[in-house]
Amino acid sequence: MKKTYKIDVDCANCANKMEEATKKTKGVKDASVNFMALKMKVEFEDGVDVDAVMQDVIKNCKVVEDDCEIFL
Amino acid sequence: MTKKQKNLLIRVIAAGILMAVIAFLPLDNYPVIRFLLFLIPYLTVGYDILRKAFKGILNRQVFDEHFLMAVATIGAMALGEYTEGVAVMWFYQIGELFQSYAVGKSRRSISDLMDIRPDYANIETEDGKIEKVDPDDVEVGTIIVIEPGEKVPIDGVVREGKTTLNTAALTGESIPQDVAPGDEVISGCINMSGVIRVETTREFDESTASKILDLVENASSRKSRSEQFITKFARIYTPAVCYSALALAVLPPLVRLLMGMDPTWGSWIYRALTFLVISCPCAIVVSIPLSFFGGIGGASSQGILIKGSNYMETLSQVRTVAFDKTGTITKGNFSVTGVHHSTMINDTLLELAALAESHSSHPISRSLKLAHGKELDLGRVEDVQEISGSGVIAVVDGHNVAAGNLNMMRHVGVTGRDCHSAGTIVHVAVDGKYAGHIVISDEMKDTSREAMQALKAAGVKKTVMLTGDKESVAKAVAEMVGIDEYHAGLLPADKVRIVEEMLQAEGEKEKLAFVGDGINDAPVLSRADIGIAMGALGSDAAIEAADVVLMDDDPRKIAKAIRIARKCIRIVYENIYFAIGVKLACLLLGALGIADMWLAIFADVGVMVLCVLNAIRCLAVKRV
Repeated sequence: MKKTYKIDVDCANCANKMEEATKKTKGVKDASVNFMALKMKVEFEDGVDVDAVMQDVIKNCKVVEDDCEIFL
Repeated sequence: MTKKQKNLLIRVIAAGILMAVIAFLPLDNYPVIRFLLFLIPYLTVGYDILRKAFKGILNRQVFDEHFLMAVATIGAMALGEYTEGVAVMWFYQIGELFQSYAVGKSRRSISDLMDIRPDYANIETEDGKIEKVDPDDVEVGTIIVIEPGEKVPIDGVVREGKTTLNTAALTGESIPQDVAPGDEVISGCINMSGVIRVETTREFDESTASKILDLVENASSRKSRSEQFITKFARIYTPAVCYSALALAVLPPLVRLLMGMDPTWGSWIYRALTFLVISCPCAIVVSIPLSFFGGIGGASSQGILIKGSNYMETLSQVRTVAFDKTGTITKGNFSVTGVHHSTMINDTLLELAALAESHSSHPISRSLKLAHGKELDLGRVEDVQEISGSGVIAVVDGHNVAAGNLNMMRHVGVTGRDCHSAGTIVHVAVDGKYAGHIVISDEMKDTSREAMQALKAAGVKKTVMLTGDKESVAKAVAEMVGIDEYHAGLLPADKVRIVEEMLQAEGEKEKLAFVGDGINDAPVLSRADIGIAMGALGSDAAIEAADVVLMDDDPRKIAKAIRIARKCIRIVYENIYFAIGVKLACLLLGALGIADMWLAIFADVGVMVLCVLNAIRCLAVKRV
């Protein structure tokens, strides 16, 4: 399953780091962060609890870039 | 400007003034006071960077730009270089401010360019009043009212009223389109003259305008090779520079110490700090997505939708363009262009042929009807017999009429006269006698010839036409528009095969584009390096199947798309070479002690500003 989220982040490099962090989160199959459109596309593994995974994603993103926001 | 940006701007201005004042105060004899005074502008402008750097260390994400800036500036302050310490932080923040302003600005200008997002839909309530609602809430089958000057919010069919629509926002070309009840309207068009009532046929999310916006916004999610390169580069570059800085600060003084010389710690640490200032990869990291975003956004304002940054790259390397004929080079509307060797009045022959073919929905029969121009009395036709691949036999007004190709003539035992004209020939025999033939051909687009020349001028080496049509037609069309090579009489599977052969023959950086109408050539579109669908306005299948979508059916747009992609890619590479080049040069000069921190700031902020300004040029596509 794929979902798109609006995000807020200040710099392009931070967006790349968020992408990395999201990709490494358990339950995420693939992710792509679009800095210019401020959007994050997440592809989930089959049968995962999307909300729980997204909580982890937020946590992991905050670690690499404190000043970021993901709007669920 | 956003609140964040305003806040930062005020801090930058305040710190700038403070710094200038303090620098001119006669404080040389009071070092402690001088240090404390310089701390005020330093913290004013840089407190958030220090905080982020600290948090980064706590999160074990050491090597980010905040950390670099924090170490470099604190180091400079510790060495007693107060002005430089504050200035580095100050310039860094100015760079951040500029970058965030430029990015925001181009985000906005793209959405202005793509001014097709409807804000509301008008619904008529039961008591006849008009109510504005969120287009998201409009269900399929609702009647919406569109007044002059408003955007069509949702795709639908006109039920009442007549008007002219402007499709400029979708196609980049301001060609007015007249609509009347029964006609389809596409969201994103602007209603110019009259009030229309439209029955919606789709949800808002499924409507053309929403789909196009979605496509453009998501385009930069498909990353190009240069973006992937930069991401990798940034990941290696920053830590590498940091460790080199550490080595630079420690090793040379130690060596000097061992050799019994003065270690000059201060000077080497200063050089190391300069390294840190240069090590931030911001300039390239931001300028590349910005370039692609600008290029894709600018192209879409011209009615050219490029579905990803990776396609930008491929498009810029296109050397061969293969075309489907019908609908791309020709208009795809067949019309009667001649009646030859008729034994009766031409119109009578046309009428007979039209009547005989009247039960078919084939484009040929439609063009016969159109050329006849009058209402057909179907009661005059009896005993219609379709012979697949040959034509039709029918009894019209008691006469046996056979209409079709030469096979058909042979079938009814008549010798037909072959025709030299390019096109589809409908031979007609009446009561066992040859009665003449009708030439039906596809009209050439006015701009096809110009389009081929533009492609050549844009660096395309070879143009190829693939068509299911017969040799003579293909040859005539190819000569008329100036196409290098053509393959005629192809079945859809043959087109795939030929494209595959061409793909194998091409070199590393020579890409093949296939241009089709996107309706029945989806396999070829997806097989080519890059599939371009044209005349896609309102056709979901085409938008779905292609990598590049031309909203209108002007073939000149293909060359334009290639030129836009070239320009964008050129800018991307300019930025990559320039930024990396300047940084490496400054690193070298810094290591040798020639470059001081001021030059390092230029290498960081100055390069970033220049790269961003260069990237913004991608947005200007009008005259490309």
